[in-house]
Amino acid sequence: MNHSALFEVGLTRRHRTQKLMWGVFGLASGINMAALVLICGFLLIKGLPAISWSFLTEMPRDSMTAGGILPCIVGTLCLSLGTMCVAFPLGVASAVYLNEYARPGRTLRLIRLGINNLAGVPSVVFGLFGLAFFVTFFGLGVSLLSGILTLSILVLPVIIGTAEEALKSVPQTYREASLGLGATKWQTIRLVVLPAALPGMLTGAILGLSRVAGETAAIMFTASVFFTPNLPTSLTDSVMALPYHIYVLATAGTDIDKTRPLQYGTALVLIVLVLGMNLGAIIYRAKLQKQRR
Amino acid sequence: MALSRKSQDTLVRNFFFLTALSSIVILALIMVYLFIEGLPIFGLVSVSDFLFGSFWYPTSEPPEFGILPLIVASLAVTALSSAIAIPLGVMTAIYLAEIASRRTRDIFKPVVELLAALPSVVIGFFGMVVMAPFLQETFDLATGLNLFNAAIMLAFMSVPTICSVSEDAIYSVPRELKEASLALGATHFETIAKVVLPASLSGISTAVMLGMSRAIGETMVVLMVAGGAAMIPNSIFSPVRPMPSSIAAEMAEASFRGDHYRALFAIGIVLFLFTLVFNLVASHVAEKHKQVGAATL
Repeated sequence: MNHSALFEVGLTRRHRTQKLMWGVFGLASGINMAALVLICGFLLIKGLPAISWSFLTEMPRDSMTAGGILPCIVGTLCLSLGTMCVAFPLGVASAVYLNEYARPGRTLRLIRLGINNLAGVPSVVFGLFGLAFFVTFFGLGVSLLSGILTLSILVLPVIIGTAEEALKSVPQTYREASLGLGATKWQTIRLVVLPAALPGMLTGAILGLSRVAGETAAIMFTASVFFTPNLPTSLTDSVMALPYHIYVLATAGTDIDKTRPLQYGTALVLIVLVLGMNLGAIIYRAKLQKQRR
Repeated sequence: MALSRKSQDTLVRNFFFLTALSSIVILALIMVYLFIEGLPIFGLVSVSDFLFGSFWYPTSEPPEFGILPLIVASLAVTALSSAIAIPLGVMTAIYLAEIASRRTRDIFKPVVELLAALPSVVIGFFGMVVMAPFLQETFDLATGLNLFNAAIMLAFMSVPTICSVSEDAIYSVPRELKEASLALGATHFETIAKVVLPASLSGISTAVMLGMSRAIGETMVVLMVAGGAAMIPNSIFSPVRPMPSSIAAEMAEASFRGDHYRALFAIGIVLFLFTLVFNLVASHVAEKHKQVGAATL
């Protein structure tokens, strides 16, 4: 064999390796897809029979073995919306400082370090902190308010991150034009930068909302209880919540096998809520990017 | 207007500065309150007995507060889940960043994001009702709720983190590097293996650290599927009780500010320090080996 034939053989082999590896990489991505489809498909098939109008709108009956999950749905909505009312303004304001005012230096590095590490704190540790600080120290008790405050600090890094992205995507020329017309920095931020960044920030808020709605460990010591006879009427009431309800029914309920259909139904309601919000945010974001191009 | 425009601007600037400080203040408060509630336990047991004692019997008389089995369980679950999640996450990232067509990407990217969005309690529930019976039957085990099950479920929680951070790292590899390799006659795969991966290694390490930090702190999954036995595991099918699940499972029955309650907060301190170290290492790697262009290689 001459040199070029040898080279040809080597090239075919190398291309074969490449093809094989492409298959392996594709398979890895496929596994993710399969996991998502498997989990969602399974819950859909098992959960759908349990879903009915009365399941969604009634109180639980017969020590939780029958009836609906209305208080859990209401509790989860109150917790997540309440959390956004606290975390969204705080997160956006932090992001404004980081992106519009801060200059590189030690302070900025320290703040970034704080945000990064806050994002890495385990949710059960947020739960412990909420118990020690909000429930005990401030005497708020196991209540909606304690839960909202605990969840707010848990979701704060997410809100700051997405709000900063949104601020970064506002073209510098907008700011220069406004400042050039004689507006102060605050006027520029309030009247030019924030309105332009708002759609992106809302995407982040929806993502934060869905994260909060599915959170369990942070509310189990601070806000949620196994059973309440009434819907929450004030911030000092303790609440039932979808994720905690799934956990309790599946592990410590009065009759685990008997409540299986309720567990599937509750899990389905939760993932529809959470994935629905996420899908909405993803589609909305894609639309925004298309507009910008 | 009572305030001049200039002083109003300064006022606003200070307000934003204070809100930006909130994250660091909260982090400090978390640390302070964990210590206030947890440290008193060390009047009862010494730090080394607490960390290295092999018996966790918080409710027996006299109680034993040794958390070594819990630490070992946490590390074992994290290590095993990383062994699954790292290859899976990095390969998915390579596929998305280098190989997949635009169309395929537009489908797979949201899939990874939705996987990240699945609530942990739902993944734990799936592990209980599907994976556990499956493992029990396939491997003929006493219980399907064990270390292996927890590791698989945790892997699917850390894959999205590892994948998206790695993907960013791969994207940031300068184009010229890849073009140079291809121009020398290397195949696309050879370019990925010998140029792209080494160049994005620091970013991928950050991704791995963040993924592991997520796995070690994850609560609901290990609480529901790890089995709950506070013993040092002797096989990958042993039921275990990692630190977060101990805190979550026992806090409700611990009497307020009793020894058990203090011990659980002390576990919280250990867990917090573990994740803090993971995160500090991750941001240190990211900072130190920041890819700013071909010149830094």
